[in-house]
Amino acid sequence: MKVALHVYPRLQHRVGRPSESRHIGFLGTTLVVAFLMALTLLMVGCSSSATPVPLTPAPTATATPMPPKPANPELILSSTTSTRDSGLLDVLIPIFQQKTGYQVKPIYSGSGAAMALGQKGEADVLLVHAPDSEVTFMQGGYGISRRLVMHNDFIFVGPASDPAGIKGTTSALDAMKKLAATEVPFYSRGDDSGTDQLEKKLWRTAGITPDRAWYFEAGLGMGDLLRVASEKAAYTITDRATYLANQKTVSLDVLVQGDPSLLNVYHVIQVNPQLSTLINAEGARAFADFMVDPATQLLISKFGVDTYGQPLFFPDAGKTEAGLGSK
Amino acid sequence: MGVLADGVVQAFQLLIHGDPKVIQIALLSLVVSGMATLLSLCAGIPVGSALALARFPGRQVLVSLVNTGMGAPPVVVGLVVTIFLWRSGPLGVLHLLYTPSAMITAQFIIAFPVVAGFTMAAVQQLDPKLRLQIQALGASRFQMVWLLLREARLPLLAAVMAGFGAVISEVGASMMVGGNISGQTRVLTTSIVAEASRGDFALAIALSVILLALVYLVNLALTLIQQRGRTR
Repeated sequence: MKVALHVYPRLQHRVGRPSESRHIGFLGTTLVVAFLMALTLLMVGCSSSATPVPLTPAPTATATPMPPKPANPELILSSTTSTRDSGLLDVLIPIFQQKTGYQVKPIYSGSGAAMALGQKGEADVLLVHAPDSEVTFMQGGYGISRRLVMHNDFIFVGPASDPAGIKGTTSALDAMKKLAATEVPFYSRGDDSGTDQLEKKLWRTAGITPDRAWYFEAGLGMGDLLRVASEKAAYTITDRATYLANQKTVSLDVLVQGDPSLLNVYHVIQVNPQLSTLINAEGARAFADFMVDPATQLLISKFGVDTYGQPLFFPDAGKTEAGLGSK
Repeated sequence: MGVLADGVVQAFQLLIHGDPKVIQIALLSLVVSGMATLLSLCAGIPVGSALALARFPGRQVLVSLVNTGMGAPPVVVGLVVTIFLWRSGPLGVLHLLYTPSAMITAQFIIAFPVVAGFTMAAVQQLDPKLRLQIQALGASRFQMVWLLLREARLPLLAAVMAGFGAVISEVGASMMVGGNISGQTRVLTTSIVAEASRGDFALAIALSVILLALVYLVNLALTLIQQRGRTR
């Protein structure tokens, strides 16, 4: 033991007199604890300022009075990447929150995943663009109301050199056939999003099974996929809003547009409150009403004009889907 | 390459002008990861010490679990926490999904094995004679653990840095359980992902610069504390 005592000479008095063990060496530990305690305090301060109902007041021109306080302010909106990447919901949600007092939690994924959340009752309201899946969703009793909000269109984009020679083709199916015949690289979303569903439907309608040698599924959102296609000098199908919003960072040209089958229609769906006791049915109705409200529709029609010189979405509240196709 | 320079310039502009949104995002990053680190210290140091000092059946299994947990993929942690917090999940009634609390929970699960593992290693590498000597001097069990942890304080600060580093830089779990909601659950890493996928690379770089600066400052503070203890 003598040897050990020699190795740790200071130990004896530490054990013997624990009251004196507050050496400055402890300052380190104390400081770390103090630092983390300070964080805790920050957390309390921050959460009390972050959680309450109305967040930052919307920068609207009309000075609105204090927003009302709904009984259940938390509203989960499940929407698609195109509404986020285009920036539209960043504009609309603050206005909705200011008007109604709801606190929206927007969750963005492909339309397929967005509807899967609705189907499980994990979301209160959906803003999606996959009409075929939406009809199945409604028939399954997962939604109680589905209203047309707006549309834009899908476009074929690809390298300016256009090795498949589809530029100027007005028929989407002809373009698909040319792409398959020339076997140029084509990138698919591959994520069951609205865009993905439309693209798969076009291949089916054209009677083509894309070949793995030139057809690639990326599993990415639209903005990211555009960059992949651009880097690979490949073709893809995109909604026009995301393309315009990303035009500066990709080298892809619009090659095919205008076919009625390329219409991209957005609906707002209120999730059936019977799916879960936690669903905010009133909030869902308020959001759906807001999306088709004339004032909101006017905002949609103007959105993007300043930045892109053209609107990204066309408001359609009250119209029927059939009426849009003939436009 | 121009985008890198633009991003760095933009980072300084955002900081100099004190952009309230960026400040809030950076603060939330610090608070969420700081809280998660604090909680993981509270749980990880006792568990790590116990695993290092105690001998009981099944210890090896627990040690290997902790070691595996140190490399747990954040995205898997995020997925499991999300499923638990779903309305249809066992903890759905708590309304925690897409809140900072959910992010702290997920980050705690990521940081806890890191802290426990580092603590275990720190205590185990102490000279075994030290333990014998403390016992010989008549220390109580609590006094002994306390003294051993004191002797191991340098590697223990490394545990703090590793735990904090693991969670402040993590994006998969925060994205999944937080949802990257503006003003509520948007932290630096999730907003970098979101800005990059929107094509605003300059802003993404600017946020990255701020994140790196933040991580550096926290580690600098911890290192100063650690090395001051060393030179004394």
